[in-house]
Amino acid sequence: MRSTIRKVTTMWLTVGKPLQRLNQRYGLTCTVCVRQLHSSATQFTDSSYDGLYPGHIHTTPVQKALLAVGSGVAALQNPYRHDMVAVLGETTGHFALINLRDRMRNDPEGYAILTERPRIRLSTLDLNNMATLPDGSFGREYLRFLEDNHVTPDSRADVKFVDNEELAYVMQRYREVHDLLHTLLGMPTNMLGEVAVKWFEAAQTGLPMCTLGAVLGPLRLNARRLQSLFTSLGPWALKNGQQSRCVLSIFYERRWEQSVEDLRQELNIEPPPVTLSATKKGST
Amino acid sequence: MNDAMSLGIHRLWKDMLLHVMHPQPGVRLLDVAGGTGDIAFRFMEYVRSQQERQQRRAARSMQTPSWEDISTNYTNEDVEESKESRAVVCDINKEMLKVGKEKADSMGISAGLSWVVGDAEELPFDDDQFDIYTIAFGIRNVTHIDQALQEALRVLKPGGRFMCLEFSKVTNPVLARLYDAYSFQMIPVLGEVIAGDWKSYQYLVESIRKFPDQEEFKGMIEDAGFYCVQYYNLTGGVVALHSGFKL
Repeated sequence: MRSTIRKVTTMWLTVGKPLQRLNQRYGLTCTVCVRQLHSSATQFTDSSYDGLYPGHIHTTPVQKALLAVGSGVAALQNPYRHDMVAVLGETTGHFALINLRDRMRNDPEGYAILTERPRIRLSTLDLNNMATLPDGSFGREYLRFLEDNHVTPDSRADVKFVDNEELAYVMQRYREVHDLLHTLLGMPTNMLGEVAVKWFEAAQTGLPMCTLGAVLGPLRLNARRLQSLFTSLGPWALKNGQQSRCVLSIFYERRWEQSVEDLRQELNIEPPPVTLSATKKGST
Repeated sequence: MNDAMSLGIHRLWKDMLLHVMHPQPGVRLLDVAGGTGDIAFRFMEYVRSQQERQQRRAARSMQTPSWEDISTNYTNEDVEESKESRAVVCDINKEMLKVGKEKADSMGISAGLSWVVGDAEELPFDDDQFDIYTIAFGIRNVTHIDQALQEALRVLKPGGRFMCLEFSKVTNPVLARLYDAYSFQMIPVLGEVIAGDWKSYQYLVESIRKFPDQEEFKGMIEDAGFYCVQYYNLTGGVVALHSGFKL
């Protein structure tokens, strides 16, 4: 508790005038500004944090229920609030995460991931090396996807409300694998592409947030895209979501040189029935 | 955000502060930790309506004046200008003051308002400057409350009034349980959903619990040197309005 207050205090100090003495015991130093400050509030060092993992916030069942409802409403009102989509996923996904974790444990590669805990971030990816890979290789296509859609792997929110350290990692892995899934499925980040990926994810993971997104996403599509979704893309996504190997169990970081076709065959995913192009204003 | 958390009641608390203050035209107000200017705006509105009231009363009492009275009062109209009230909003955070200034400009109440950056424990004003000192929902965030109280005493004129709105202890046990449940379950969730910031709102509810209760705070105000200190409980003790005089 005290360390939390101390951390929030350091956050306030960047806003207010620096004070001469900092009372270590009480730690309440600055005037409160009841407004949102940026992500400096959630940057915790690994060595000192309150909770099961960095960024973890303890919540009671009542708070989780309120968060689920509130984040659901907020996400529906403004789908660009990715933090709310993330919170909804965390608060409703308990059983699906357990199921995913068990599937990973039963797979040798998935088990390796659970023990080694790789993270997909700009700091861990060697982009220069990936750029030199041949066209059609997974790493090169992933890089192309990032560039065409103007996205970065660092835009994923940290997990906050999952009360189990391993499940929190599974959730984080799911978020980070999402972009790779776009590459595997050949879907851009426009609305239709995102909905197709959501259908695949809903069939694969069973996360309620994915199911909700899969059901409500189509409401924002125009008639032509809806037709494409229901006739070809949708059934393809659902079928492959169910029949493919668990996408979280793949150690992508060791497969950059593998060709996309090869990887698809290994995972039992058919190539997309329709080729969609990335739009200039890609939404992540 | 304040509206969401207090269900709009914070407006009533601030209105109550002004009602108890009952400022008359010509007084100087210092609003510390006044950031976005809620109290200062209400003060200017109140004083303006009081002034109109006085003018109406004066006009009514002069319904049938003699020609002599009319001519003398005609020249005296300029004297009214000196009754202009001034409010100074002081806050440690420049961003909050900026927001307040923009609000004032959009509402058209910029005359008579000043915006000053300052620390409640070390105010950038001379002694005996202000008639009224207010601090609304700001004093619990001051590290050394007694220093802030002493500064308040210093900058007030003799006869000046200190007024403080702050969250306090709920006396009724049933209401207290409900209030605690609401504070700890609902407020951080609202913070996360509306502002994307759980931690700040968790800090908010905890800082409210750490603040001294009504009697203890009254004792602190008396220790600083104020007289006739009293408090009013609002919303069952959720908020307390403390008042003291410098004599």
